[in-house]
Amino acid sequence: MTSLISPATSDKAAKVMLWVSASIAILTLLFILGYIVVQGLPVLTLSFLLESPRLSGAEGGILPAIVGTFCLMLVALLSAVPIGIGAAIYLAEYAPVGVVTRIISFGVECLAGIPSIVIGLFGYAFLVIYLGFGFSIISGGLALMFMILPWVVRVSEESLKAVPGGLREGSFALGATKWQTVSRVVLPSAVPSITTGVILGVGKAIGETAVIMFTAGSSLLMPTSFFDPVRALPYHLYILASEGISDPMAYGSSVVLLVMVLVINLAAVAIQRHYGRHHVRN
Amino acid sequence: MSEIEIESRNLDLWYGSAQALKKISMAMPEKKVTAIIGPSGCGKSTFIRCINRMNDLVKGCRITGELLFEGADIYGNDMDAVELRKKIGMVFQKPNPFPMSIYDNIAYGPRVHGLRNKEELDRIVEESLKASALWDEVGDLLDQSAVDLSGGQQQRLCIARTLAVKPKVILFDEPCSALDPISTAKIEDLINMLKHDYTIVIVTHNMQQAARVSDHTAFFLLGELVEFGKTKQIFELPDKKSTEDYITGRFG
Amino acid sequence: MKTSERIIEILLFLSAATAVMVVALIIIFLLKEGIPVLAKVGVANFCLGMNWNPIAIAGEPSYGIFPMIVASFYVAIGSLIIAVPLGITCAVFLAEIAPSWARSILKHAIELLVGIPSVILGFIGLVLLVPFIRDHFGGWGFSILTGSIILAIMALPRIISISDDAIRSVPREYKEASLALGATHWHTIRKVILPSARSGIVAAVILAMATSIGETMAVVMVTGSPSILPDPIYDILDPVRPMTSNIVLEMSYATGDHASALFATGIVLFVVVAVLNIISHKALKSKMGTRR
Ligand SMILES: Nc1ncnc2c1ncn2[C@@H]1O[C@H](COP(=O)(O)OP(=O)(O)OP(=O)(O)O)[C@@H](O)[C@H]1O
Ligand SMILES: [Mg+2]
Repeated sequence: MTSLISPATSDKAAKVMLWVSASIAILTLLFILGYIVVQGLPVLTLSFLLESPRLSGAEGGILPAIVGTFCLMLVALLSAVPIGIGAAIYLAEYAPVGVVTRIISFGVECLAGIPSIVIGLFGYAFLVIYLGFGFSIISGGLALMFMILPWVVRVSEESLKAVPGGLREGSFALGATKWQTVSRVVLPSAVPSITTGVILGVGKAIGETAVIMFTAGSSLLMPTSFFDPVRALPYHLYILASEGISDPMAYGSSVVLLVMVLVINLAAVAIQRHYGRHHVRN
Repeated sequence: MSEIEIESRNLDLWYGSAQALKKISMAMPEKKVTAIIGPSGCGKSTFIRCINRMNDLVKGCRITGELLFEGADIYGNDMDAVELRKKIGMVFQKPNPFPMSIYDNIAYGPRVHGLRNKEELDRIVEESLKASALWDEVGDLLDQSAVDLSGGQQQRLCIARTLAVKPKVILFDEPCSALDPISTAKIEDLINMLKHDYTIVIVTHNMQQAARVSDHTAFFLLGELVEFGKTKQIFELPDKKSTEDYITGRFG
Repeated sequence: MKTSERIIEILLFLSAATAVMVVALIIIFLLKEGIPVLAKVGVANFCLGMNWNPIAIAGEPSYGIFPMIVASFYVAIGSLIIAVPLGITCAVFLAEIAPSWARSILKHAIELLVGIPSVILGFIGLVLLVPFIRDHFGGWGFSILTGSIILAIMALPRIISISDDAIRSVPREYKEASLALGATHWHTIRKVILPSARSGIVAAVILAMATSIGETMAVVMVTGSPSILPDPIYDILDPVRPMTSNIVLEMSYATGDHASALFATGIVLFVVVAVLNIISHKALKSKMGTRR
């Protein structure tokens, strides 16, 4: 058997196969993106972006959904960033090695592994019902926070640990306290990479649907306060598609969502480039 | 004879279960330069990091014996490490300017100690840069990032930063080992100037440097203080065989 | 001064403890909501029951999610059967063969793919794949196969990047030793590099399985909704209802015991995913252990 195919030939064949499978992966991706964009572009008009939906979204635009998504992200960020960075500072700068720290790190790992639908269920039982926040931006935003918190903690912790130890020593040697050292030297040095990480986290959260389904509500009205329900863009897309309301509108919403994700990721890359050389202004 | 500023008596130090310093007893006089020499790993850095309690940051580091600064026990219960470090500054082997402007680097110390007055800060920055012979080179570039300076300039900036806190003692841990000969000469000149106002303890691998800048020299070997005395005497007429071997380059 | 430092440290500690508290709250609330039904029908009956009939018009409602547990594993394993070979070959390609331009294209493509929201993949599955399967393979189009393919597309980037890391961390000397003995590059990849990277790849695969089982939006739009086992059991063109779909499809109108049963579904899902995550962690750890 082996004599039929020489090692050199099988080497060649295998390499061809590897090229082919990599190409399949790329082509699948291109096809998916291309298909959505081609189908969605005709729908993308200014009025689609700036009008409210009519007939459950079969006509009109998606402005309330865009605003809703934006508000949810805002709440999620405003809560996840301080808590996440605080946690990372504790883990990277303060925590004594030992049981407590291990439990905390384990908790962060656990939270990261919980399926988003379970977080959605929890958000419904805890935020919507138990705390009485109802279906609202607050409930949805906090549920999203539970989801991105582990990510924020992890990227912040890594960024802090990457700050050279010499800077800490330099600050301590000048008689600075621990918190002065952390807040004035270590944290500012880590801010660019933390920012990049947090923005990437937003990119992950923005398309998240299962978490907000049972927490943010599905109202198509423009929210007037943070206790109003909203229907985020990905959920709107789900309803349009699964209830067969309108495929064109669903394509349009998909393109808008994809563009948001793309812009967010490009922003993260841009920030990383810009701050490639660490320098902090006071 | 000048007063004793820092004195250690039977100082022992362990990292975990490994003993890094054994019964170190020596007295460093005020406004003099004390050099600490010895082969790599003999505990030089460990010793001077005790003096401003930088070893507090090292987990598992344990100290017994006495270490006195102006007669007060550095490791005593009523000694505040933060207050102590205001009086005992330190310059490290690798220049470690903060990633901020030159001005902010030097104003850092006074600011963390509560100084907000702009004129006062300006004055301190100028004085410190002049005292560290950096003013002529960077006086016009105070807003520039400190990490853009050359290695030698960065090290002098770190010295200026230390001076801005107005310490009594400055510890130098191999301040020139990452620098070129010209920058090294500048820093040695600087140390010779500073010793009129400050008590200086310097760790160095460079025997000539120790001979040039110091008044007293301590020779460490494997965590023990082998010999301590006037620099001239240590270099010309050492008591111990191992000191002589080290100074003449016969080992280490 | 000292007290303010202390207060700050306490605040930081509380932030750090948030994640643990949230996990604890999640467990508490899932149990609180799910236990009524679990107590009523029994854990074994709930997990192994064949009948899901939560709103019985006549007679007792029944809560058995066995078909859904099977469905979750079915689509997840199906996705692995597609994604693992493709993913590993792509990773081998990336790590061993790709010229730098191809590597950078593939790397960027992977990042893009990770970024596509799952609801969009589900939508694409609904409008493209479901009709395609229906027309070319038969059945409803909503099927185990459709779900597996969509989940495979989601799992692919993750498998590629972790396997790529695992392959790259194989010591260079192994490879050089093999090449020096006259083995071809492909032979070296197959006999030396892949076996050394195995535990890392296994961890990646288990992790992908956990993620696939927990995935919701992409699945609910393409697998259909019947809460029964496929018939015959190996018919991958039959529609199924994985656990995540069960929650999404009924949560909006469920009340009382019915809602409780959905929370109980969440508990089972949580446990399954947690166990897989732990196994994956262990696999990675053991790899670290042997590398010393
Ligand atoms: N943080 C630490 N934890 C454990 N052991 C340490 C630590 N720092 C130093 N040591 C050990 O203590 C001993 C003394 O180290 P130290 O850094 O003081 O030597 P040194 O004389 O400054 O050497 P060099 O000239 O290389 O700087 C060495 O054996 C070293 O391995
Ligand atoms: Mg040293």
